[in-house]
Amino acid sequence: MSANWEIVIGLETHVQLSTDSKIFSGSSTAFGAAPNTQASAVDIALPGVLPVANRGAVERAIRFGLGVNGGLADNINRRSEFARKNYFYPDLPKGYQISQLDLPIVNGGEIAIVSPTRGEIKVRLTRAHLEEDAGKSLHEDFHGMSGIDLNRAGTPLLEIVSEPDMRSAEEAVAYARALHAMVRWIGICDGNMQEGSFRCDANVSVRRPGEALGTRREVKNLNSFRFLQQAIEYEARWQIETLEDGGRIQQATVLFDPDSGKTRVMRSKEDAHDYRYFPDPDLLPLVVDEAWLDRVRGELPELPQQKRDRYVSAYALSSADAVALTQSRETAEYFEDMVDVLGDDAAKTVANWMMGELAAALNRDNLDIPRSPVTSRQLAGLLRRIRDNTVSGKLAKDVFDAMWQGDARGEDAADLIIEKRGLKQISDVGAIETIVDQVLAANSKSVEEFRAGKDKAFNALVGQVMKASKGKANPAQVNEILRRKLS
Amino acid sequence: MINSSLKELAIALALKKVSSVELTQLFLDRIAKLNGELNAFITVDAERSLAQARSADARISAGNAGPLTGIPVAHKDIFCAQGWLTTCGSKMLSNFVAPYDAHVIGRFNDAGSVILGKTNMDEFAMGSSNETSFYGPVKNPWNTGRVPGGSSGGSAAAVAARMAPVATATDTGGSIRQPAALTGLTGLKPTYGVVSRYGMIAFASSLDQGGILARSAEDAALMLNVMSGFDARDSTSIDRVTEDYGRELEVPGGVAPNLPLTGVRVGVVKEHFGAGLAPDVARAVQSALDELRRLGATLVDVSTPNARLGVAAYYVIAPAEASSNLSRFDGVRYGHRAKSYSNLAEMYSKSRAEGFGAEVKRRILIGTYVLSHGYYDAYYVKAQKIRRLIANDFAAAFKDCDIVVGPTSPTVAFELGAKASDPVQMYLNDVYTIPANLAGLPGMSIPCGLGEHGLPVGLHMVGNYFAEAKMLAIAHHYQCATDWHLRSPEGMSA
Amino acid sequence: MSLSIEEVHRIALLARIEVSDAEALAAQRQLNEIFSLIGEMQAVDTEGIQPMAHAQSALLRLRDDVVTEVDQHALFQSIAPQVEGGLYLVPKVIE
Repeated sequence: MSANWEIVIGLETHVQLSTDSKIFSGSSTAFGAAPNTQASAVDIALPGVLPVANRGAVERAIRFGLGVNGGLADNINRRSEFARKNYFYPDLPKGYQISQLDLPIVNGGEIAIVSPTRGEIKVRLTRAHLEEDAGKSLHEDFHGMSGIDLNRAGTPLLEIVSEPDMRSAEEAVAYARALHAMVRWIGICDGNMQEGSFRCDANVSVRRPGEALGTRREVKNLNSFRFLQQAIEYEARWQIETLEDGGRIQQATVLFDPDSGKTRVMRSKEDAHDYRYFPDPDLLPLVVDEAWLDRVRGELPELPQQKRDRYVSAYALSSADAVALTQSRETAEYFEDMVDVLGDDAAKTVANWMMGELAAALNRDNLDIPRSPVTSRQLAGLLRRIRDNTVSGKLAKDVFDAMWQGDARGEDAADLIIEKRGLKQISDVGAIETIVDQVLAANSKSVEEFRAGKDKAFNALVGQVMKASKGKANPAQVNEILRRKLS
Repeated sequence: MINSSLKELAIALALKKVSSVELTQLFLDRIAKLNGELNAFITVDAERSLAQARSADARISAGNAGPLTGIPVAHKDIFCAQGWLTTCGSKMLSNFVAPYDAHVIGRFNDAGSVILGKTNMDEFAMGSSNETSFYGPVKNPWNTGRVPGGSSGGSAAAVAARMAPVATATDTGGSIRQPAALTGLTGLKPTYGVVSRYGMIAFASSLDQGGILARSAEDAALMLNVMSGFDARDSTSIDRVTEDYGRELEVPGGVAPNLPLTGVRVGVVKEHFGAGLAPDVARAVQSALDELRRLGATLVDVSTPNARLGVAAYYVIAPAEASSNLSRFDGVRYGHRAKSYSNLAEMYSKSRAEGFGAEVKRRILIGTYVLSHGYYDAYYVKAQKIRRLIANDFAAAFKDCDIVVGPTSPTVAFELGAKASDPVQMYLNDVYTIPANLAGLPGMSIPCGLGEHGLPVGLHMVGNYFAEAKMLAIAHHYQCATDWHLRSPEGMSA
Repeated sequence: MSLSIEEVHRIALLARIEVSDAEALAAQRQLNEIFSLIGEMQAVDTEGIQPMAHAQSALLRLRDDVVTEVDQHALFQSIAPQVEGGLYLVPKVIE
């Protein structure tokens, strides 16, 4: 692949809303029931049945609109409309999907991400609309036939459409992760990707920088961040190679096959390009009034953007730190809990530890913050011991590793480990002087070099003292005593 | 007994002059005798009906009877009734035993009425002559060489031939009122949203409304009291205070009994008396207007200039909604599935080609076309705007009058087959009735004379939203002064 | 305007209704007659008129998020063309 191509990505994400009942019927949305046992007369579209919309689904859409707009409601349509999207598919019992087209419930909003190449950027949201999920076609062989399970049919979805603001697979994944965190943050989706609660379609095109957008292909149904990354990387490479070979890109809907790591054109979509949308005559206009908006706003937790602003102004953190600390509600809560314990002026240290040791360990063991073996209180306990010079910053990392391994439990785990392993910093002047004297005696060559004007020799001596103290000597005191003895 | 009003039947039941079982059997016998010729019923299930009648008798004996307890009611085969074959007049549903009750059916069951049978209808309610039914045409009891109108032709023929005391029906563009006119009955289509559509198989959702085919306004009022009412399962059902639709049938105090319509302003739509209206129908309607004036009403001229575009707008909106509503008939979960097919696409297209008749297919194709890419604005949106203009015309008219009247249908019942091959001529039958559906207004047709060949003529009334009680009262006072509604087809009254 | 025979076939495909060539020809003729009736609308100026999608001006009622349905799949599937293990069977679905 030659350089000088720009990849342009927009995401359409289907988020299953965490309601108890379906969007247009009173069936349960619980996952994993026996086939069709949660498919009511409405869900299987018996002749004569009618939809009745679920307030819980609408309210979650409102939460989302407020959540991605800093709590402001100017992106929420006070009057929106359900429309029918007509196509035939065995998992679509009515032959149409109830969705929203011209008047979606949410227009606009943004999600902040940190790009590995461009730093902090805002991905703009085009819209978010309510719709119903389809059932499932099971492709195991039933005498050469497919089986249809309609339990999922009618599960409420929020389809969130981004602008084509992403320029790499990494940015797309960062956006998907941030969006995933957001919908969980505001409690509208359980975020369970294995169960299909959060599914992405990626619109991918490539162009030479500065040129108009290229023809896009839509990669459907990516239900893990890893597949999202792989699919976009493959698709972009394929498009670039095709163009460089003199080919043309044709608009298409494609599927990603995780086994081969390739995308292929979907056959079933070939003739389904005319959805004949029109307002659903069974459902009257959906109106959201100010009182409802005010109530939902009042029930929202502090939002990521609000937290970021506060972290920057109250704790003097960098914007990038603030974005990183608000990647999930649990991350922010972990941070805030530590700051509560240690005080505001410890915020920068807390941030450094969370994005340093903690993030590395989580990443290494493939864990997320709620499942961290080291709790916020334990980590705060450790940082307190660094601050009061009980343990050196270097040895603190050993303490952290021990806590991670579960060597001690409880909020005083750091103290227990420091005690048990004898990692306590030596700050006793007499004790350090003894060690210094021994080191000076054993390293006369370095002493001579230092006196001859070689500054490096001083560092070597410090190193020897630290080594002799097994790292426990207070480095500042070692410095001071050495200088005094050598002067 | 077969000519008795619902009130008379209720009294006879209460006084044990007749039992519900006897009454039900009486009408079942009538059906057995006449249905072979008239083809008004698709399904009759005597066992089931009589079982309901026995329960009704027990309820009457226990003193828990309501106005319609024990009364047999025929139901249009568009209403799902649990355990009953519910075909909607289509091969597509020729094997569909409904697994649930429509709201309307539930209301009648709660009232203790007896389901007398399921009546024939144009396939999926698409037709104005009852000739599109998979189960064959219904014959007009007044003249079996003629159509009874449609789509509720089976309900109309059943009541006109005294095979049922009363029947439910539905009206999307005139499917209650036009058959009422053609068979000499009182037909009522309530305000959109008064009768729940839950369990009523959808044709055009924004136009469909359940209603009644009866022999008098008084019977229709009793029926509407049972059928109407809020239903949370229908998002377009209107949550209103329960009303007694018969409350205005008595002449109010202070009004001269012979001038019961004093103070009523009747709007006469001048456009309705132009080209296309048969002279015999015009004459009968004109004399009905004279009668209304004699009864104390004031006649005023009103104009609904856009109503003439109703047919055009209707044949965009109704097929558009129908094309989508009928997509669920795909042979996957119920209904007809083709016997042979080589893949999924073929299973769909063959099942639907076999299951639907010609008129239904035609309307699905129209609807698919007007919604398709590039045509939506020119057809669908345009039709919705015309719809608004028509509703605005009515709103203006109701500033000057209480009801708007005119002919229900341009002609009396026409001969079987006369318009079957000419869809446009068939569609124009509903030119007077369609505007009320587009606007969502209540409409009625009442018998007002006999035209050519001694066939009935209907007077059409459109009221303002929720003016059913007023319309029923006007109709009732007219019926107290005239006997057109008591006429019955020759040989059908005994 | 008038519909071409290709358009008749295209909408029949969209509507999943198999039509023979003869049926398509008959449908073409009838649909064109119907569209000439429908065409009367175009003569009216509807500039600025709000389209009317519903027969009433009411607004959507919302239901509480409560599970009210029970499992009835045995009843519902008693009228299904082909089922196995609680699933509706259809010819192989190809994605």
